Parts: sequence; C-alpha cells; structure tokens
Amino acid sequence: MFRNQYDTDVTTWSPTGRLFQVEYAMEAVKQGSAAIGLRSRSHVVLASVNKAQSELSSHQRKIFKVDDHIGVAIAGLTADGRVLSRYMRSESINHSFTYESPLPVGRLVVRLADKAQVCTQRSWKRPYGVGLLVGGLDESGAHLYYNCPSGNYFEYQAFAIGSRSQAAKTYLERRFESFNESSREDLIKDAILAIRETLQGETLKSSLCTVSVLGVDEPFHFLDQESIQKVIDTFEKVPEEEEDGGEAEAEAAAAPTEQGGAGDQDVAPMEM
Amino acid sequence: MTFTIPIDNGDALKNAEADSQRTLYPYVTGTSIVAIKYKDGVLMASDMGGSYGSTLRYKNIERVKAIGKHSLLGASGEISDFQEILRYLDELVLNDNMWDDGNSLGPKEVHNYLTRVMYNRRNKFNPLWNTLVLGGVKNGEIYLGMVSMIGVSFEDNHVATGFGNHLARPILRDEWRADLSFEDGVKLLEKCMRVLLYRDRSAINKLQIAKITEEGVTVSQPYSLKTFWEFQAFHNPTAGAQGSW
Repeated sequence: MFRNQYDTDVTTWSPTGRLFQVEYAMEAVKQGSAAIGLRSRSHVVLASVNKAQSELSSHQRKIFKVDDHIGVAIAGLTADGRVLSRYMRSESINHSFTYESPLPVGRLVVRLADKAQVCTQRSWKRPYGVGLLVGGLDESGAHLYYNCPSGNYFEYQAFAIGSRSQAAKTYLERRFESFNESSREDLIKDAILAIRETLQGETLKSSLCTVSVLGVDEPFHFLDQESIQKVIDTFEKVPEEEEDGGEAEAEAAAAPTEQGGAGDQDVAPMEM
Repeated sequence: MTFTIPIDNGDALKNAEADSQRTLYPYVTGTSIVAIKYKDGVLMASDMGGSYGSTLRYKNIERVKAIGKHSLLGASGEISDFQEILRYLDELVLNDNMWDDGNSLGPKEVHNYLTRVMYNRRNKFNPLWNTLVLGGVKNGEIYLGMVSMIGVSFEDNHVATGFGNHLARPILRDEWRADLSFEDGVKLLEKCMRVLLYRDRSAINKLQIAKITEEGVTVSQPYSLKTFWEFQAFHNPTAGAQGSW
C-alpha cells in the first residue's frame, strides 16, 4: 500500500471505495507476534508466541481470560488489545450479574465488532490496531471468532494472525477438517505445532509459547510450562531435528520436512 | 388540651407530589399463587380474582402468563405492576429473539433479571408491589423460583405467595414428591387451592392451572372447585353464644 491523498482521515473514502486508515490498522495486526486459535466441538485452544522487546524485558501478555467460558488472544497494538479485553470482561460480568448465566460468546463478539465499527466512522477517532481471536462457549458448543479492526468478525474452525501467521495457516488448512472431532489433547498438540510453524526454524521451547484451553466442563486456564514441554517432547525428540516418528505426523511426510542439523539458523522457511 | 400540628402547606404539596411518584400501597390485587415442580416440569395454580380492597371486583384476571419459550410467570399483588413487568419481559424476550442466534433466555435468566428489577425498585423506595413466581424447563432442567417486592429471591421445589405461604406450603411440605405425575400434581394443587378458597377471603372459586414442560406452556380453561359447607359446626353457628348480635 502506498501513501496517497485519501489515507489521512478514517472518514475519507478513496475513489475505489476503500477506507485506507482501516486497512492500515489491519496492517498493524500483521506486525504483532503470532496468535493462533483452533476449536473442536467442545474445546477451544488459544496459543501465542511470547515475544519480548529485549532480552532484559519480560514478554508481552497476549492471551486474556474474559470469563470462565471465554478467552481472547490478540495481535497488534497490545495496548488497544488490553483495553478491548477490559471491555469484554465488563460486558461478560454485567451479563452474569443480571442473568446469573454466562454471556454467549456470539453475542459478545457482535458487541465488540460494533464497538470497532464506531471507530471507523468518527473523524475524531482511530480504528483499534488489534486483531482478536475470541474463543468461547455458548448453548451450541465451542466457537472461535476473529474480530478485525474494520469491525468485521468471522467464525473459524482454526485461524492464525500476526507475523508469519501464513505458515501456521497453511499447517492448519491441511488439518482443520479433523478438528471438530479432535480430542482435547490432539487439539493442544495441533496448536503447538502451528505455533512452531511460525517460528521459522527457531527451536520450539515451552518458554517461547503460551497456550490456553477452555471447554465444556473446563473453565478457561493457561497450561503451565511443564505441560507444554511434555507435549513438545512427544514430537521433538531432539530440539534441532524435526518430527521424528511423532504419532499422527504420517500424512505430513510428503509435505515439507526440513533438513535436520546441528545449526538451526540456516534452515530454510517451512512452507512449500 | 390544645396543641398545634405544624403544617407547612408548601412542603405538604411538594411531598404529595413526590409521594404520588412512587408506590405507597396497592389498589387492585391478586391473591396467592401456588406452584410445584413435578416429573415433567412445573405446575402453577392461581385464581382469577382481582380485589379492590375488600371488594372482589374483577373475576377474570389471568395471573399466570407464558414468557418466551421456556418460562411461566405468576404474580400476586398489584395487578397493574404485574402488567408493567409483563411489558419489561416482552421487551427482553423480543431483544433475545432478535439476536436469532440459537441462544435463548431460560427460566434462570428471567428469574435473575426480575430479581434485579425488583431489588432496584425497592432501593429507590418505589417498589413493584408483587410477589412473582417463575417456573420453567430448559434443556431438561426444571426450575422454580420466587421474587418478592423487596427483592428477596430463591428457588425451591414448591413455592407459594401470600396466604399460600401459610396455608398451602405446609401441605406441600408433607405431600410433595419429586416424581409426581401430572394428575397427582394437579390433585395436590387443587387440595391447596381448596384450603385457600375456604380460608382466604380474597380468593374466588374460579381457578386456572398452568403447566410448563420441555414441549411448552399450556394454561387450562378456568374452572371451579367443589366445596362442602355442610359441616355441623356451620349449622347455626351462633347457637351457643349468649348475647350475640
């Protein structure tokens, strides 16, 4: 996208019918570190890559609990994400207070989308620069939604946002048809494998990723480092080498496998 | 001995206006509601009377109404406040339906919403002068609860309002079972309603029994209970009294 004379105001249309400020906001989402969501009939897993500004600092929190039955993973301007998470928590708790019943995630997502839309139609505002993967439950089971700075929202079986998310999306596209019937453990494993795809050859360690689960009988919570490492260990016998007789990786055999080696810095990108 | 009562007409006028903005006492009232859980859902009984003080003025008031797909609301107390509550719930159900997303308000949600409304009005010293009974079935779960005009709210297997608390609940405590069939449930409710008919002066002999199950709501046609007045004690009751009028 190039700078042009129609991109200064969010309330200015371009002659081709685009709102450039909104599209630039969506660019901001692509700059953030990756976040991934996948769901089965009964569970939703949200995972993210822990990126830290520098070695001295701690990593940014990208996954937030909204309620026992709703979690959100963000990519983009973390500050905007934090504010929207607070809004979601507020809506959720107000509903719980009045109705003593969990707010259906589908209704929360619509309110979030309407809030984002407002910022695309006021000259004194700017769009939120954050994409949100909202996972939650309602009467019809588990759901995963993606909320966009444009005010659009879509429901997904699995999705990835942020930088190098295309690699994860390719991985998920190969596998998503089986997710509905996946067990909770398989779902978690697929999430971590998808995270690995975005790391582009960097060694997958449990310290690099955050994984959260929620399900029908399982309130939202984070997996601890140990559990994540255990899952990683099932498919990475030696850190630098890739899938080495992992259980369900057989059909991926024809798909890209890297050259294993002592040094992982020279490994080519994973996608075909 | 004379004494003056301080009267400040300015204040009295203001107070009268201020007072007329909030409910001080009820005018047209309904008497008890009795409701029980049974095998397939909830049964709720009420008579069709609306009293204007001690006058049994209205004889065709429906005090039990269906709310959405899953709930039944019965009310005793001020009838106009009940109608106001029905309007609130109408709006609530409408908005819920407008989402059109497969989610719907169940009896628990409606009960809690009503609790919030009643309690908030009570805090503003402008209550809705009702005791409400909310029953329903959703996804196999049978729910029965009550909210009073001061916002006291709870669930139970059998509830009653007004005089029903004193006359019907003891019967229910003794004879209610979780696996009551529909016929047994109706018999039990009729037993309670008969006692209320004999002893509650605001009760009339025209009642409706409403049923809610997973399938939906049915409200019976109004009917009367058989009563028996030929007890010996009622024949010439003043026979032994001396100097009575």
